[in-house]
Amino acid sequence: MLETPVILVVSFAYLGLLFAIAYWGDKRAAAGRSIIARPSIYALSLAVYATSWTFYGSVGRAASTGVGFLPIYLGPTLMFALGWLVLRKIIRISKENRITSIADFVASRYGKSTLLGGLVAVIAVVGIVPYISLQLKVISNTFSILREYPEIVSPSELGSPSLFADTGLYVALVLAAFTIAFGTRKLDATERHEGMVAAIAFESVVKLVAFVCVGLFVTFGVFGGFGDLFGRAAALPQADELFTLGGPDTGYMNFMWLTVLSMLAIVLLPRQFQVAVVENVDERHVSKAIWLFPLYLLAINVFVLPIALGGLVSFQGAGVDADTFVLALPMAEGQQGLALFAYLGGLSAATGMLIVETIALSTMVSNNLVMPALLRAKASRVTERRDLRRLILGIRRAAIVVVLLLGYAYFRAAGEATALVSIGLVSFAAVAQFAPAVLGGIFWKGGSKSGALVGLSAGFLLWAYTMLLPSFARSGWLPESFLEDGPLGVEALRPEQLFGLAGLDGVSHAMFWSMLVNVGCYVGVSLFSRRSAAEHGQAALFVDVFRQPGEGSRFWRGTASVADLELLLARFLGPRRASEALAEFARGRGLVWSEAAEADAEVVHHVERLLAGSIGAASARVMVASVVQEEPLGIEEVMDILDETSEVIAYSRELERKSQDLEAATAELRAANRRLKEVDRLKDDFVSTVTHELRTPLTSMRAFSEILLDNPELETSERERFLRIVIEEIERLTRLINQVLDLSKIESGRADWQIAEVDLREVIEDCAAATAQLFADCEAELDVWLPETAPPVAADRDRVKQVMLNLLSNAAKFCAPGRGRVAVELRVDGGALRVDVRDNGPGIRPQDQQAIFEKFRQGGDGLTERPQGTGLGLPISHQIVTHLGGELWVESAPGSGATFSFTLPLAGSPVGTTEGKG
Amino acid sequence: MNHGRKGERLVALAFLGFLLFDYPLLSLFSTEGTVAGVPVLYAYLFTSWGVLIALMALVVRKSE
Repeated sequence: MLETPVILVVSFAYLGLLFAIAYWGDKRAAAGRSIIARPSIYALSLAVYATSWTFYGSVGRAASTGVGFLPIYLGPTLMFALGWLVLRKIIRISKENRITSIADFVASRYGKSTLLGGLVAVIAVVGIVPYISLQLKVISNTFSILREYPEIVSPSELGSPSLFADTGLYVALVLAAFTIAFGTRKLDATERHEGMVAAIAFESVVKLVAFVCVGLFVTFGVFGGFGDLFGRAAALPQADELFTLGGPDTGYMNFMWLTVLSMLAIVLLPRQFQVAVVENVDERHVSKAIWLFPLYLLAINVFVLPIALGGLVSFQGAGVDADTFVLALPMAEGQQGLALFAYLGGLSAATGMLIVETIALSTMVSNNLVMPALLRAKASRVTERRDLRRLILGIRRAAIVVVLLLGYAYFRAAGEATALVSIGLVSFAAVAQFAPAVLGGIFWKGGSKSGALVGLSAGFLLWAYTMLLPSFARSGWLPESFLEDGPLGVEALRPEQLFGLAGLDGVSHAMFWSMLVNVGCYVGVSLFSRRSAAEHGQAALFVDVFRQPGEGSRFWRGTASVADLELLLARFLGPRRASEALAEFARGRGLVWSEAAEADAEVVHHVERLLAGSIGAASARVMVASVVQEEPLGIEEVMDILDETSEVIAYSRELERKSQDLEAATAELRAANRRLKEVDRLKDDFVSTVTHELRTPLTSMRAFSEILLDNPELETSERERFLRIVIEEIERLTRLINQVLDLSKIESGRADWQIAEVDLREVIEDCAAATAQLFADCEAELDVWLPETAPPVAADRDRVKQVMLNLLSNAAKFCAPGRGRVAVELRVDGGALRVDVRDNGPGIRPQDQQAIFEKFRQGGDGLTERPQGTGLGLPISHQIVTHLGGELWVESAPGSGATFSFTLPLAGSPVGTTEGKG
Repeated sequence: MNHGRKGERLVALAFLGFLLFDYPLLSLFSTEGTVAGVPVLYAYLFTSWGVLIALMALVVRKSE
């Protein structure tokens, strides 16, 4: 059944089926009943990653390196684990900004730079065309191999078919037709192609089923299960190399770089960006795809090694190319149906890739290369045309045909020179150059346009030198000596051992150098370059996409009329869709639509986004600017807007902190002020009291002296009495002045303290003896209770005596007249000695108990009771005891006497030793 | 559960994967010999890959 017409009919029937599915998908989408709006379809469409490179090339690689083919599929698994972080962010950014390709993404991120977009587009085309040619080559080769049934030929024996007999060309043309039909049917602002996605998902199922069928057949049909297969493979001469890592082509470094490379490729390949980001219907679909897509890759890889080993065992020495085992094994076993199915699987893998890749590339070429050039070239008068839809669609269609034919031309030129897998890796490494600009751009606001430009260019040049040129050399387009001896014989410049870096395989070597200069230049130049206002704005929009959705209009100020904008939009979308889109937008914001109105920043921004979907962000910027009276924002203003929020927050925090500080300071000041006022009042009181206390004796002295002077005839006894009063008053005055001086000396710390060990028993006994006459005079009894011995205290003996005398004389003065009883008791209390002096006088009112320790304040009612003493005795005693590290206090209830107590720390106790300064 | 935790868990799994699929852990299994008829390295890679995908599915499902 494997005659040429049958194969042809089946091939074209399959492509026809694809057309039907795509057509159906588009119709359903138009009817609003999308068939692709489900996460499983999204995950299947992502499987466009598995191209014919996977379908045939993995087996080829496995046949020479064992598990060395796996990192290409492990990487995407790891990247999808990061997908929630990376992929979802890219999707959100792209949806917010209507980004339709990776070139547009980079251009848009760095201030809608036309130059950068064009550079990315060029790199993508240069990097991907070999990959496209690879798919065409596979289709062409497998078709030829299948035709030769039952003979199994190697691709190298096929020779080049004549141009018009080559299926590759026809397939390219058919696919161009398909892609034009379903990829560029209409110009849509969202650039989504539901029919195409449906067809791609279907292709993913076909290639998976076909590959698994071949795998099952080889493992269980040709061999007796895994055990048998691996057992027989173990007898192969190269078995050791296949089952372990670490050989010359399968180093761990290679394994790691391939993992990294595929991690980047799964996001950055134009076709992956197309299906994963642009065609994404709902951001939430990412969630399921995170595990479903890696599972698909796992499933399609399980049988890679069994098929490779099966082929090696079956075709030992038969010269069959390992890249064709998937097809050759069923053919060798006479399974014509299965062979045809396998061929269809390979066809589906190749066509899926071709369709999506060419759509993605054509969008890039038209939006980022052709449109900017046309807009720039005044001669084209493109900005004056009324309807630009047909022009843009025409450009895209032409781009699709050109890209596919470029791929075909490369395939004809390169011939059989390189194995499938190396071409794929060259493309992977090319798109990996976008990584710093894209990944850096979504997580680092500091990345600048010049950084991205320099990094991308440098990385691209290094890639071309270390990867592309060597592959040219192997194809015979460059002399072999270029690789062996370096250009012009300069050894340090050998492309595969640059600067003498040896010991790395080609991929690791190229990735190391290109990533080194790419990342280095991107970061380095970004750090040292000035960024424009537009760059600042776009950087914030990208990096903070989850924080401030859809606020791009903040960075624009100007005036435009709605009618002008609608006219502009109509030229790209057609009049009906343009007015619909604007009316819908107005409804969404709760506004009444009116054409005469002035457009505000949000409307202008919305129009720009709609246009961006059709012609790219950079071109949309130019078009909108042509109808809008713009006042471009200066860098300061953009920075102001950007920093506004954070600044306001920081500012208010600062204010809050300052006001708290101020409050605290105010409270302190207020307290200090209160203290000052108190001190001032005390000083005034003190001065007035002292003055008063001085005046009383002076007045009485003056009065008595005048009497004596005026009455010389006064009796002697009378004269003596008056003179005695004068002397008493002088003594009182002297005492007062001494005490004031004493107090001020103690308070100012100028007093002279003679600290020594003092025996309190002795002091009390002395004082009791000294005041015995006083007590006798007022008919009071003094009881002294002293312990047998008492530990010494560290104190100034005279000062303690002063305190004791003061307390005893007070007690004598205030005890009940005639039946007064005063008791003095000494005891040890904790680490101190305590002295109580208890009287049975009238007691002290609670409100006076504090006041009596203040200067010139005495207990009782100053009006009715005549104050006795100077009123400085207790304050001085208080100062002395406090200075010696003890306490002086009073306990009293009115009517039942008062107890004055003081403590002094024992000598050698911590309090006692630390005190005594001054 | 909030999205933050889900993201963190998935990132942790990515690191686990990088650890599992690279030197030096990989070299432990790069030996001759078979497990149930399958070469050790091959069995290890596919098993750990499968377990990693299962864990990713678990994290995603738990947070829905």
